[in-house]
Parts: sequence; C-alpha cells; structure tokens
Amino acid sequence: MKIVVGHLYPEYLNIYADRGNIAVLARRAAWRGHELEVRPISAGAAIEPGVHDLLYIGGGQDREQALVAHDLAGKRDQVLAAAAGGAAVLAVCGGYQLLGRFYRFADGEELPGVGLFPLHTIAGERRMIGDVLLEVELEPDERRTIAGFENHAGRTKLDEGAEPLGRVVAGFGNDGESGAEGCRVGRALGTYLHGPLLPRNPWLADWLLAQALAHRSGGEPPSFAELDDGLEREAHAVSARRARARGGR
Amino acid sequence: MRVPLPLPALAAAARAAGALSRVAGAGGGTTLPGKLLWKLDPGAVSKLAGRLPQGVAVLSATNGKTTTAAMTAAILEPRARLAHNSAGANLVSGVASTLLAANGAELGLFEVDEAALPEVTRLVRPRVLCLSNLFRDQLDRYGELELIAERWRSLVRQLPEEVRLVVNGDDPQLGALVAERPGAVVFGVDDPSQARSGGLQHAADSKHCVRCGAPYTFHAAYVGHLGDYECPACGHRRPPLELAARSIELHGLDGASFDLHAPEGTQRIRLRLPGLYNVYNALAAAALSRALGASLDEIAAGLERFAAAFGRFERIAIGDRRLLMLLIKNPAGANEAIRTLVAGGGPSLALVALNDAIADGKDVSWIWDVDFEPLLDGLGRVVVTGDRAAELALRFKYAGFDPGAIEVLPDLEQGLDRALAATPAGGELVLLPTYTAMLALRRIVSRRGHVPQYWQAA
Repeated sequence: MKIVVGHLYPEYLNIYADRGNIAVLARRAAWRGHELEVRPISAGAAIEPGVHDLLYIGGGQDREQALVAHDLAGKRDQVLAAAAGGAAVLAVCGGYQLLGRFYRFADGEELPGVGLFPLHTIAGERRMIGDVLLEVELEPDERRTIAGFENHAGRTKLDEGAEPLGRVVAGFGNDGESGAEGCRVGRALGTYLHGPLLPRNPWLADWLLAQALAHRSGGEPPSFAELDDGLEREAHAVSARRARARGGR
Repeated sequence: MRVPLPLPALAAAARAAGALSRVAGAGGGTTLPGKLLWKLDPGAVSKLAGRLPQGVAVLSATNGKTTTAAMTAAILEPRARLAHNSAGANLVSGVASTLLAANGAELGLFEVDEAALPEVTRLVRPRVLCLSNLFRDQLDRYGELELIAERWRSLVRQLPEEVRLVVNGDDPQLGALVAERPGAVVFGVDDPSQARSGGLQHAADSKHCVRCGAPYTFHAAYVGHLGDYECPACGHRRPPLELAARSIELHGLDGASFDLHAPEGTQRIRLRLPGLYNVYNALAAAALSRALGASLDEIAAGLERFAAAFGRFERIAIGDRRLLMLLIKNPAGANEAIRTLVAGGGPSLALVALNDAIADGKDVSWIWDVDFEPLLDGLGRVVVTGDRAAELALRFKYAGFDPGAIEVLPDLEQGLDRALAATPAGGELVLLPTYTAMLALRRIVSRRGHVPQYWQAA
C-alpha cells in the first residue's frame, strides 16, 4: 500500500537529523511491501484534506522556527482536520512546540501555535540537554521504552488531564519537573526527543506506520512481522545507558 | 584569600605539572599547565600575551581551525618565532599552556574555539582576528548556531579600533559583519565552475537572509552555505572580495591549486591538501598572514611547503599498509571529506569511528545530516567503531547499505585491527574518526611505533 507523508517545512525545520526519521519510516515500510511517498509542504502551500496519512514536522533553530510559526498558524484548521480525520502525526522538538497553543519568549512575545496538543511552552533560562529514557504505553499493557536526546530551552506545560507521550525515567522531559515527556492526542505524537528518534526506537516507527496504514485503509492498524532489529537494539541500549548514567532530573 | 605568586614562579609550577602529566602517561599535558595558571592567576594569560613583541593573531571557525592555523604557521615561520597551539587545544587553558611553553616566541598564533572566542580575545588582545566560517556543530555543547553568531557580532562591535578584522565573505553571517566594520579584509571563492551542481546541500545552515529571513539566491554554493549569495527581498549580498580564489583546480586526493587574487597582484597557489574546503582554509591562512605583513610570494611558498595538520588528511605508514585519516566532526566538514574521497575514486573499505565524549558532541544525531551516500556506491564493506558504533551502523543500514557488510566493533583497537586485516598489502585504509576517536587511534598507532606523539610532532 502507498503511504503518503506530508513533511512540513523541510527546508526550515531539519536540524536534529529529521531525515533519519524519514529514512527509517521509508525503509521499514518498504521491508513490509509498502511504499512511502514523502511530499514537502512548504510555506504558503495548503495541506489538502485527506491526502496525507502521516504529517511530520521537525525541529529548527529559534530563527527558523519563528520564520515558519506564522505560516503554520495559518494552516491551523488544516492540521486539526487532518488529525481529526485519523492521520498520524509526529512532531519533534520545535515542531512539537509549534503544534501546542503558543510559545512565549522571555520578553513576553508569543509565537502562535496550532493547538493540536493541549499545552504551551515558555522559554527558560537554562537549556535542558542530554540523553533521555522514557517509559511509554501507547497500547494498553504494552510497556515500551524510548531512548533519545533532548536539547531545548522551552518549558512545556501540559494542560490539566492532557496525556504525555511517556514518563521520564532519566532526563528532563517537558519541563524538568513534572516527570512527563511529550504529548499524545490519538494518533498524534509530540516529543522533544531526537537522536534521531526512530532509528533506535524502531517499534515506534512501526507504530506510526501502522496508524498511517489505518488512515489509508480506513480499517484497523495492521500488525507487522518482526524484522531483524539487532543493531537497533544495540543502539537503543547504548543510548539508554547514557541516560541512566546521567541520572534523574 | 589568594596570595599572588610572581609570574615566573607561577609559570614554572604550571609547566612542571604538564611535564608530570606526560610522564604519568595522562596524555599530552597540552592544557593542564594552562588550567593551573588560569586558576592561580587569571591575569597571567594577558601578561604573557602582552610580552610577545609582534603581538597575537587569533582565528576561529567551526571547520578548518587547526588546518588554517597550521597553514598560517607554515607561512609565518620564516618571519617569526611562533607561540602556536598546534595540537588544537583551543580553549583558554590551551592558549595559556602554549604561552607558557613558548620561550622566546615573537608572535602568538592561536586557533580558538567558537564559544571561547570572546573570552580569549579579551585576554590576549589580538592585532588580527580572522573569522572563517560558522556551521552547525555540536548543538549539545553550544546551544545553537545563532547564539554563537550573536556572540561574534557583539565581539566585533566591541573590538578596539586598531584590530584588523579578516572575514570569509562567502559565509552570510560573517559577510554581514563587514557592514559593522568598514576596513575589514574580506576573502572568498570566485570560481562558479566549482559550484555544487545540486545547489545547497541538506546540511546547509545559513540559507535564509540574516537581515530579513527570505531565502537567499545562491549564484554559486561552494561548501555548505559558503558561496556567492544575494537576498532577492532586501538585497543583502556577499561583500566585495579583497582576496579571491579563482581558476581552481582540484587534483583528486593529491592536492589543489588556485590563483590567489589580491589588489597587489596574483599568485598561483599549489596545495598538497585536496578539496575545496582546503582552498577555503588556504584563503583564510593567506588573508590572515597578509594582514600580519606576509607578501604573496611568502604566502605561496608557505602553503606549498605545508603537508597536513595532525589527523586532518594525515597519512600514516603501518608496516606495508597506509592509514589515511580524515577527521570528521560535523556535517559540513564530514561532507567535504567524503566529497574529496569520492573525487579521488572512493574507497572499497572504510573504518568509521564515532565517539560521544564532550569534544565529539554528546548528541550524535549529526551523523544523520552527513551525506554518506556518495561513499556507498564504491564501498564493499564498512567497519564501524567507537562508543557509538551501533548508531553509525544504523546510519549505514538505513542509507540502504547491506547490513551484512557492516561490522560493528565498538573497541577502537579491535576495529582498527579488523579493518587493517581487510586492507590488502600495499593498500590504503581510509579512516574517518571523530575527535576523541582520532586522538585514541593515533595513540594506538603511536604506541606501536608508527607516528610520533602529537605533542612531540608539533
């Protein structure tokens, strides 16, 4: 089956190895006999309804992020409609912040957000940098871990009752104090973790692909045959070890 | 309360500590004496620098610092005895150690870490300051590129009138500094035949106008975002070049040559180092040396003599095989190393080493922004090593390289031996290591008697 990925602002938001995430999605789809087609969605372009099975938005430096924020806010209804229509979403770092309600700088100025994720972000003094280990449960009783690297000055506060992506085992997470990392709304995931995220957490790539296929078929997310993920497990283990050595928050 | 010791006593104590560190096998002792001196008397660095009769020159860049400084040293050595941090120890401590060790030096020549530049400049008060490029590097350590650029801008605004500023006009962030500093010397490449055919590469950073944010039009992109840029919206463009490289010829892995154009004349420069990025390094060295009084003849002679800075395109004989070592530390630098290798035919076997110590960058995501793909066509086998070998293996696997042809040996010595064993007698093994992996591998081959220790070679 063909899976269409809409990559938002690839020319601006590409700093934390976002193309590693795309490469993992593409290869793992191909190994299961599916074809991943990545379509850039640039500034000024519209997100056509129903076309994308997965929307991807990555991280950028502050400057790039400010450049796209207003354009993205103009696409607000289109992003919300895509997510409501069952498209999967993966938002990393800067893209995660921009899909919240707003980002507030230290001087009080605000960048508008999309409001897909029930959260807001406030610039902090000290950057939160280092390896992170999360415990997540995207499906009932399926406990998994995610290992990655975070580097952000923003403190993200989830609204009351919002669902984080995972619980911080080691590292800072959303704000360095709540113990929460990322946010989940249905098939939409937002996180600060790069590294990039998907190569060392291949199960998460598979989960996203399954959600995207469900959007395409209109049915349930399929289950995939296992792949040989020995190298991925090794990389995950090293990253997790780094996070644990760094200790708690 | 701290009782200040007289400078000579401080210096002697700090030097002794460095010698002790070498004897104890703790390493080159290239920063320890400086760290001690810095702790004992923070004013000592300025005093030592102030004693150099010909003053101090400082250069900084994300890529090419060590090579550019070494090229500059080759040009200037006939003119002056140098205090030069040639082993690449480029924080305040490394500069202080160099000053301590440099008895009888006349001129200070320091490569300085991007983040440490404002502090070092304040301490050593250079005559000439050369800013050569800004690329995305180790974001975990520095925060963001824009942050460094802002620190450099404020440094330039505060520079005393008499300091000569030398900048690479092909880097939009640096070219913009010329507006704040009339009289700055601007260098750059002026040879559209060498422009990248595909336009800007993936890892290019300063793609948007530093003034208004609109995407630049690149009339020519040479290395990453270095090139001849112009903003279609506000008109910000590359400043006029005072020193330019024209008629560039790249000779595979063997070298490069170009015409160095200056207001006073033109000189053909022949480099024994390959690649367009080394043309940039040579241009920076030429502009810096010229600002210190070197003639075009002296510049050409010095650059022609120059072979390689350690670990940067360094060839080491190991029995009947050779190691060709190309340091990789960020996407732009690694891309140029790979581009140069591929232009020279491309290896069938490569040893790639990834560590994640502070000096390498604890965030290894940068390897996904490196264009390893051009290397893969000719590559039959890759040995990955270092603390994050598995992550490298994934980089190659998801680039479409056969996982069966990837060998993962996190231990550097084992990785090196496996790759050497797979290298035919008389052949050359290409090694792409990150910084601490390069130092460790160099230590291994030096322990086996193949290269001098770097603090002796320098």
